[in-house]
Amino acid sequence: MVRTLLRLLIGLGIVLGGAGLPAAARDQLIIGSTQFPSTLHPSIDSMLAKSYVLGFTQRPFTTYDQDWNLVCLLCTELPTIENGKAKIEDLPPGFKRDAGTTFCKSADPTLATKGMAVTYTIQPNATWGDGTPITTEDVMFTYEVGKNEKSGITNSELYRRIIKIDVLDKKTFTIHSDRVDFGYNGINDFLLLPAHLERAALGDDPAQYRNRTLYSTDPTNPGLWFGPYRVASIEPGSQIVLEENPTWWGEKPQIKRIIIKTIENTSALEANLLSGSIDYIAGESGLSIDEAIAFEQRHKDAYDVLYKPVLFFEHITPNHDNPALGDKRVRQALLYALDREVLTQQLFGGHQPVADTDVSPLDWIHTDDVKKYRYDPAQAAALLDAAGWTLGGDGLRHDAGGRPLAFELMTTAGERTRELVEQVLQSQWKAIGIDVRIKNEPARVLFSETISKRKFTGLTLFAWLTSPENVPHTTLHSTMVPTEANGWAGQNYADYRSPEMDDLMDCIEIELDRGKREQMWHKLQAAYAEDLPDLPLYFRAQAFIMPKWLRGVRPTGHQYQSTLWAEQWRIQE
Amino acid sequence: MTRFILQRLAETLLVLLLMSFVIYGLIGLMPGDPIDLMLTADPKLTTADVARLKALQGLDQPLVDRYVHWLSAALQGDFGYSRSQSLPVWQVVVPRLWNTILLMGLSLVIALAIAIPAGVQAAARPGSLTDNLINLSAFAGMSVPLFWLAILMLMLFSVHLRVLPASGTFSVGADGIADRARHLIMPVLSLTLVTVGAHLRYVRSAMTEALRQDFIRTAQAKGVSRGRLLYGHALRNAMIPFVTVLALEFGTLFSGALIVEQIFAYLGMGKTIYDAVAGNDYNLAMVSLLLSTAVVLLSNLAADLAYAWLDPRITYR
Repeated sequence: MVRTLLRLLIGLGIVLGGAGLPAAARDQLIIGSTQFPSTLHPSIDSMLAKSYVLGFTQRPFTTYDQDWNLVCLLCTELPTIENGKAKIEDLPPGFKRDAGTTFCKSADPTLATKGMAVTYTIQPNATWGDGTPITTEDVMFTYEVGKNEKSGITNSELYRRIIKIDVLDKKTFTIHSDRVDFGYNGINDFLLLPAHLERAALGDDPAQYRNRTLYSTDPTNPGLWFGPYRVASIEPGSQIVLEENPTWWGEKPQIKRIIIKTIENTSALEANLLSGSIDYIAGESGLSIDEAIAFEQRHKDAYDVLYKPVLFFEHITPNHDNPALGDKRVRQALLYALDREVLTQQLFGGHQPVADTDVSPLDWIHTDDVKKYRYDPAQAAALLDAAGWTLGGDGLRHDAGGRPLAFELMTTAGERTRELVEQVLQSQWKAIGIDVRIKNEPARVLFSETISKRKFTGLTLFAWLTSPENVPHTTLHSTMVPTEANGWAGQNYADYRSPEMDDLMDCIEIELDRGKREQMWHKLQAAYAEDLPDLPLYFRAQAFIMPKWLRGVRPTGHQYQSTLWAEQWRIQE
Repeated sequence: MTRFILQRLAETLLVLLLMSFVIYGLIGLMPGDPIDLMLTADPKLTTADVARLKALQGLDQPLVDRYVHWLSAALQGDFGYSRSQSLPVWQVVVPRLWNTILLMGLSLVIALAIAIPAGVQAAARPGSLTDNLINLSAFAGMSVPLFWLAILMLMLFSVHLRVLPASGTFSVGADGIADRARHLIMPVLSLTLVTVGAHLRYVRSAMTEALRQDFIRTAQAKGVSRGRLLYGHALRNAMIPFVTVLALEFGTLFSGALIVEQIFAYLGMGKTIYDAVAGNDYNLAMVSLLLSTAVVLLSNLAADLAYAWLDPRITYR
């Protein structure tokens, strides 16, 4: 009722209200987002909203571009074995790996005693917003902060892997890492901090760094930023104003000012767009897919809506400790019984592609040559019969002992889309005699207790956020099953155990030859599709709602966001 | 009277102390913590990172230890940093508290300015067309869901007519009073419209009761003018029960402010409390909730003092 009225009013508004600002006034872009970053410090807290803003104001050394290729942004050339800037080297004597680390069985065992030396050169003209050149001093300071256990850095895995950094000159440095790894030259998360400003904040009490950092106490200090834009003002929780950075060394941006407004309520976000208070709703943190589809139907003449599948992998994790779900035939039957094509078509306008495995079709490692589970209730029934679950007079399947084939299905309570999907799954499974009872929980209970401590007995529906060429080590490796004994470490919540899969993952991680790695990836996907450790549903998509005059925004589909190329954005009437 | 006020202030402090324990405990009993939630959003976060961050933020300590640590720091005036805003708590709370006081205060003043005369007029002519129209408007206001009204106003004034800003507290580059006032119009108006009905009904009911009293008949017999009778004699008596209800209505007004703040992206305390509790931002949640508790307690104290002003027979010892 409310939505219908809203739509009518929006429609009326468009008809009577006309377009937003006159063309001549346009030298700024106002972006609407549903999230406000908790901090702008590059390495404290991980939030989509923060990476979105930092894309305008900073550049990582390396990142994945819109075509999913690893590229240099702050460095001059991507180091590779081929160009001699990356080398395999012996690890320092006495170096010990973490206990429990497994190693590829078919690989040369001496590789386990090797690390890598990778040399980077900083862009010669790169300077901070206050004119101070970016040098290796900043690199060493960033490393010092990253290594410090008390500095509050969120993701310190990258820094833990670094044994040492050698400074070759003001612009060149070599990173020595503790392993041979195909991702050796990607230091996407090594986000530079300005030593000349931040050293004082780190001081002699690193535990206070989080509170003292200038990114919190003086975020408009130009010396903190080195992207095409710098932060001009902040209204915490409300908006961030970015202005052109005069010291930016790259292509000059055409848009002079970017304002990012936070409006959490998506109906209000839509209204703000239609009223001209904002120009663009970012897909990274904007409307849900169903809201965007409804918006597009009403306003496609006034706005461009661009859908981009992303790396949110929606799936169902079955608990393999459940005797029925531990049987591969039952898992396969569950998937055969679902018409996922129709589900994504009906609910998401076909914008969210059906997943065959956990590898996105946009990733270069993806293969189509895997077992497919097209909707086939007869095949599902045959598999269940073979597994000993026969159809009874009550319309449900039972085993020889008369126990019904019944599961609990859980997801995040209050998330409308997932609750809708659940109902479809429940009814399609019921059609082949599987009794599914829905039992949802609030997100914080589900993730922090039920899933992470493996308290679910049947099926859970949620998403993994992955990254390009992501080895699913933490989610599929048998050493990663959370238990009380290991302090609930790991994310293999299904308790999936496959020696073949374990070894494939271990081998992929150390294979530097792209061609050989591709073959291994194909094997892994085939094994995944056969075993079904999880039941893949679809990859989520993001909707970018843009005014027709905005050009050059290219969504990436991965976690390195479109704003990293904001200097290419154009206003074109 | 002074002794009474001091006693009530001492009681307020005691209640705040008890509330601090209850609030801290309740937030702590909620399953999961911010680091657990972070784990689901960051595929690269390792178990070692989780353990390190929990230790750094003291989340690996027993709840009582954490509370004692917080309380001893708070008693020394150190309320800490907001985890979700990366700023000192006071730096987050003060501007938002001011925004909410402005929003609720203006809304309350306007609602009373409408409710009191309208309620008096309705009670003065019970069953008349005026009474029926006033009652109808009051019930209409009370039955409209606030979020719906707010969105409707947004659509009308911002999308369709384009006369008012759709969200925020000010426009970038225009930091004057007029600009701030324009941003306040819709939030204040929507909150007023849904609260005025209840106030009006309370005033009407209290006035109807007051007008039945003997002293009103006596005043009428003495030839007191109608205006003086209604506003000078009956209203003053009717205000005593109304003030009680008004103090109790503070909570309703506060939850209304939360909805309004969210729809109009207006930075205030309602939204701050909600986010702080949901995000386990202990320092921010504690200060915000204790401030709200203090405001409720102080508004009740103000109501008690108002009784004495309205009815000289009431004395406090």
